Amino acid sequence: MEILNITKDKIRELLEKGRRIDARTLYEFRDIVIEENVSSKAEGSARVRIGDTEVIAGTKLELVEPFADTPDEGILVVNAELHPLASEKFELGPPDVEAIKLARIVDRAIRESNFIDLKKLCIERGKLAWGIFLDIYAINDDGNLIDASAFAAVIALKNTKIPEVENGKVKFGVLSQKKLPLNEPPITITAYKIADSFILDPCSEEQEASTLKITVSITYGKEPAIHGLIKDGEEPIETEKLFEILEILIREGKKIHSKIK
Amino acid sequence: MSDKKEKRPDGREFDETRKIEAKVGVIKRADGSAYFAFGNSKAIAAVYGPRQLYPQHLQNPKKAILRCFYDMFSFSVAERKKPGPSRRSIEISDEIKRALYPVVLLENFPNTVIDVYVEIIEADASTRCAAINAASMALASAGVLMSELVTAVSVGKVGNAIVVDLSQEEEQYKIKKDGKEIKATTDIALAFLPRSKKISLLHLDGSIKLSELREAIELGKKICTKIEAIQRQVLKKLE
Amino acid sequence: MEKTRREIVIPGEIVGSGSEFLPGEGTRKEGKDIIALRFGLLEKNDKIVRVIPLSGTYIPRTGNTVIGQVIDITFNGWVVDILSPYLGFLPINECAGYVNKNDLSEYYDIHDLLASKVHTIRTRSVELTMKDRTCKKLVGGFLMRVNPTRVPRIIGREGSMVNIIKKETNCNIIVGQNGLIWIKGPSIEEEILARDAIKIIAEKPFVEGLTDYIKEFLEKNKK
Repeated sequence: MEILNITKDKIRELLEKGRRIDARTLYEFRDIVIEENVSSKAEGSARVRIGDTEVIAGTKLELVEPFADTPDEGILVVNAELHPLASEKFELGPPDVEAIKLARIVDRAIRESNFIDLKKLCIERGKLAWGIFLDIYAINDDGNLIDASAFAAVIALKNTKIPEVENGKVKFGVLSQKKLPLNEPPITITAYKIADSFILDPCSEEQEASTLKITVSITYGKEPAIHGLIKDGEEPIETEKLFEILEILIREGKKIHSKIK
Repeated sequence: MSDKKEKRPDGREFDETRKIEAKVGVIKRADGSAYFAFGNSKAIAAVYGPRQLYPQHLQNPKKAILRCFYDMFSFSVAERKKPGPSRRSIEISDEIKRALYPVVLLENFPNTVIDVYVEIIEADASTRCAAINAASMALASAGVLMSELVTAVSVGKVGNAIVVDLSQEEEQYKIKKDGKEIKATTDIALAFLPRSKKISLLHLDGSIKLSELREAIELGKKICTKIEAIQRQVLKKLE
Repeated sequence: MEKTRREIVIPGEIVGSGSEFLPGEGTRKEGKDIIALRFGLLEKNDKIVRVIPLSGTYIPRTGNTVIGQVIDITFNGWVVDILSPYLGFLPINECAGYVNKNDLSEYYDIHDLLASKVHTIRTRSVELTMKDRTCKKLVGGFLMRVNPTRVPRIIGREGSMVNIIKKETNCNIIVGQNGLIWIKGPSIEEEILARDAIKIIAEKPFVEGLTDYIKEFLEKNKK
């Protein structure tokens, strides 16, 4: 069931006074808990909890033929499942628009930031390369699945180990100590607008009351660089407000970045 | 391309769009329709509604529902696209809806639906922006109540240059670094509401600094104002 | 004929400001300005600014004659598709004659074509009535569809235009405000002639001297 309008009104009313229903400040995240290697069958995996929101991401590697337009690169395939176990709002079946958007945000953050050096995953040009299949499962939806999913994906990729190969075939279950060739990790962070305020890391009630969201993927090199930016939600935004929010996101994203080992 | 004084691969200035072609009333059967092209990126849009919506549980008793369906003809791209919706087209359909939603006044026709269909006849980058421009004109020509038109254009960074309306060639621009070819393009789809001066769609892929992003968005807004003038002119020129 | 050139406006365009005019249909006041909310013809009179639609679906109004098709029968009336955002509904008590309540289909059956009038507009449906001399079940003849915004020109001042076509073609013509037009004449040739004349009006509503043009057209093409 969607939250009642009275709850939405209450959330708006509180925010006008600068308060949130769980007493957090506007840009304060809930506790982030990272658990690595949730499945030993996976080449890499991570569980990320942000408050009650929980996401598990895992990778499987396979030897594949590179795509024709990138013959010297490995392949990355990102999929997100908004599984019905995570919320009464999700249904089984082919991915709906929200799942597609979620997967594409994570995919672009990784791809556009060059987090994985896909060129180094090519074994034989045009013939053989590593394919990374990154699957993200929502386990419990209490808001902010986007940030949790993107973060879990980064952690899972960081602990991914490449399997042993024998006679050109993958020895499944036997992992080498070789890790993926990675660069600076992208941090994906989203601001949600409710009434006239912007908040970070909404709980599900807050998320439902939101009318606009800005998701950005950032790497923290010498200078912060933006790799993906999406405005979503029914409301438009003024340019000045957009840049004000982007500065906040860059600043607050740095705190999440510091949680990566 | 890396030198700011240079021109673009097709001879355009940095702030110059490809040839824009716009028409309304291209699909007689529809309640409203339009065609919009940036060079070889050609979009055709039809609007039906407000009309009855079934099954009934989809209806909203407070207002009309806006639905957008974007897709590409199978032969619009070099390698045949499988007909029917893909993940990409579902995502873009949603983005088009987001871009249009703030201007369409839905309260007057509760329980009904306004359907916007956009097909890409030929694709040469920036198709979602061409689609939004076509859809906005089609909605207007359908007599749908709107607070203003929506305009869209792609902006981005190719090498070090901030440019408008990226072509496919520019979208795939690569530079050599450490002996390897790497992608050196940032592509931003921008939809702008010229009267209320707000951004209704923003979608960036690539790598860009905050200061460059600001420059790109300002350029996009300038061009959007010009696009609105074209849309306006076409709509006002009734046979 | 009205000679004043009326301006075409687009959504978002400022069509008036200050307290000079009041915002009418298709407009809205925003701060000092009056904004057009739809594409159409700007009309300013009696201190009211409105935008007359040039396109779009039919929006029912009380008293309108509409042509529709029966698509469903319920326990208390007929559901009629009138090509508008909402379905039409004809309740039993808005029929002109006696209805056998055990079998409504004896009176009007599914697929029957009705010329009716809009009686009441409700949130989910449009209530229709047959209690008017112009209302009837349409049998024979044929139906054509035009954009509903063209209907006023097809009818003309106090029916002047449609009366010319009726007279010159000897056809019975019923023009629905919803853009459906029913034509029945002594022969197919005359029906086609009437249809062609209506098509011209629908396609060229802004031509000056349209009445004379249509008269000429009908005379020239009459067998």
